[in-house]
Amino acid sequence: MNQVDALLQGDRLALARTLSQIENGTSESRSMLDVLFQHAGKAHIIGVTGPTGSGKSTLVNQLALAFRQPNGTNPPSRVAILAVDPTSPFTGGAVLGDRVRMRDLSGDPGIFIRSVATRGTLGGLSMAAAEMVTAMDAAGFDVILVETVGVGQTEMEITRLAHTVLLVENPGMGDDIQAIKAGILEIANVICINKADRPGVEQTERALREVLDMNSVNPSTGGSFHHFMEDENQDAPPPTGSPAGWQVPILQTIATTGEGISQLVQSLREHYTYLQNSGQWKSNESKRLRRNLESLIREVLFQTWLSRMNPQEYDQALDRLFTRSVSPFHLAEELIASDFASKTPSIHLK
Amino acid sequence: MEKKIRVLVAKPGLDGHDRGAKIVARALRDAGMEVIYTGLRQTPEMIVEAALQEDVDAIGLSILSGAHMTLVPRILELLKLNRLGDRPVFVGGIIPDEDAIALKKMGVAGVFGPGTKTEEIISSVRLALTGAIEG
Repeated sequence: MNQVDALLQGDRLALARTLSQIENGTSESRSMLDVLFQHAGKAHIIGVTGPTGSGKSTLVNQLALAFRQPNGTNPPSRVAILAVDPTSPFTGGAVLGDRVRMRDLSGDPGIFIRSVATRGTLGGLSMAAAEMVTAMDAAGFDVILVETVGVGQTEMEITRLAHTVLLVENPGMGDDIQAIKAGILEIANVICINKADRPGVEQTERALREVLDMNSVNPSTGGSFHHFMEDENQDAPPPTGSPAGWQVPILQTIATTGEGISQLVQSLREHYTYLQNSGQWKSNESKRLRRNLESLIREVLFQTWLSRMNPQEYDQALDRLFTRSVSPFHLAEELIASDFASKTPSIHLK
Repeated sequence: MEKKIRVLVAKPGLDGHDRGAKIVARALRDAGMEVIYTGLRQTPEMIVEAALQEDVDAIGLSILSGAHMTLVPRILELLKLNRLGDRPVFVGGIIPDEDAIALKKMGVAGVFGPGTKTEEIISSVRLALTGAIEG
C-alpha cells in the first residue's frame, strides 16, 4: 500500500511521514497533496492564539480532552494538534516544548500531536502549516487545533487558516488602551481569559467587552476593522460582533484545573454551527481556496518571469532603481512589458 | 524548504533531574536542529508515541535513575514494533561502562556520561544521520 492510501486509512506513521515531507517541501509531497486535498475539507480547524505564557498549551491539552468526550449522542471527536513554535533566527534551530503540557493526551489513538517550527516564515506561522492541516484533515481528524504565538502578523495568517479563532488572554492584560492597540481582538471568534483565578479578571473582561462593542458599531465595515488591516478587501474574514452575526463570547478558564473548559468547548462548537447555518462556512471556504489559488498563481508567474530574466539586465535595471532614476512602478511596468514583447510564456508548476 | 534534523529529547523513568536533558536540548538547537522536548517522567510508550507523531530523525534519552537497563531495551523494542527501528537512539546519564557496552550491543547509537562535551553529542547525532537524512 502506498503512503497516501495508508494515511487515508488511519496509519499514524504514514501521516507523520507525510507531514515531514510536506514540511520539507519535497517533490513527492506535491503529488501527495493532490490526492489529500480531495479528501480534506471536513475538519473544524480551530486556531488558538495569544501571547507567550498565556497558557495556550495547557488549554489545548484540556480542549483536546474535552473534545474526546461524547457530545450528546455524537461520538467523541478525533483531535489533531499542530503546535507552532518559533525558530531561532540566529541558529535556525528550535526547542519545541508544547508536548510537556500535553502529557495527558498520550496513549489515546484519537489524538495526534505534531510540533512545528516556523523555520523563518515572516508571519510566524509555518509556511507549510496549511498543507499539514490538509493532511491531518484527510487523515480523518474532526477537530484540528492549531496553536500559535499571537504576535505580529500571525494573527492574520491564522484567520486565513482557521474556521474559528480562539484568543487566549490573561487577567491584567488588555487594559483598555492595550486592548485597542493589540488589534488582535478583531480576529477572535471566541475569547477566553485564562488563569481566571488571578486578580483583575473583571477589569480585563470589561476592557475586552468595550473594545468588541466599539468594533461592532463601526457601520462602514459592517462591524469590524478587518478592512483596514487586510490588503485585499475580499479576503477579509466575515465581520464578527455585528447584530445579525456572531456575538463574540468572553469566557473565563483555569486550564490547570479544567475549570470553564466545557463551556469553552460548547462555544467553539456553537461557532461551528453558526458558520454552517449562516452559510459562512461555505463562503469562507470558497474565498480561502480562491485566495490560495491566486497566491499560487502570483508566485508561479513571478518565478517564471524571474527565471526568464537576464540576470545582468536585471541588475542594471535594479541599479537604476537604487539610484532613484526610475520609480518602482515605472520599472515594474517596463520589465513586464519587455518580457511580454520578447518571449512567449512557458509556465511550469514545479 | 530545507530539511532540518528533528530530535526527540526525552526523560524516561522517575528521576526528576532534567538539567542535563535541557542543556543537550539547547545545544542541539544551537546547532540548528529542531528539538522536541517532552518533559519529565515519560513512560517508554509515551516516548515512542511522541517519536512516531513527530517523525523524529533521532531520539535522545536522559536517564539518571539507574533504570537504564530496564527502560532502554523496552524503548528499543517498542520502536521496532512501531516501525521506527531505524531511528538512532542515544542515551545520556550515569551509565556504568559495562552497561554502556551492553546498551550499544542492543543497538544504542551512543552513550554519553557526565562531562561529555555537547560538541561530541552534536557530531555523533550528525554522524549517525549521515546519508539517512539526505532528501
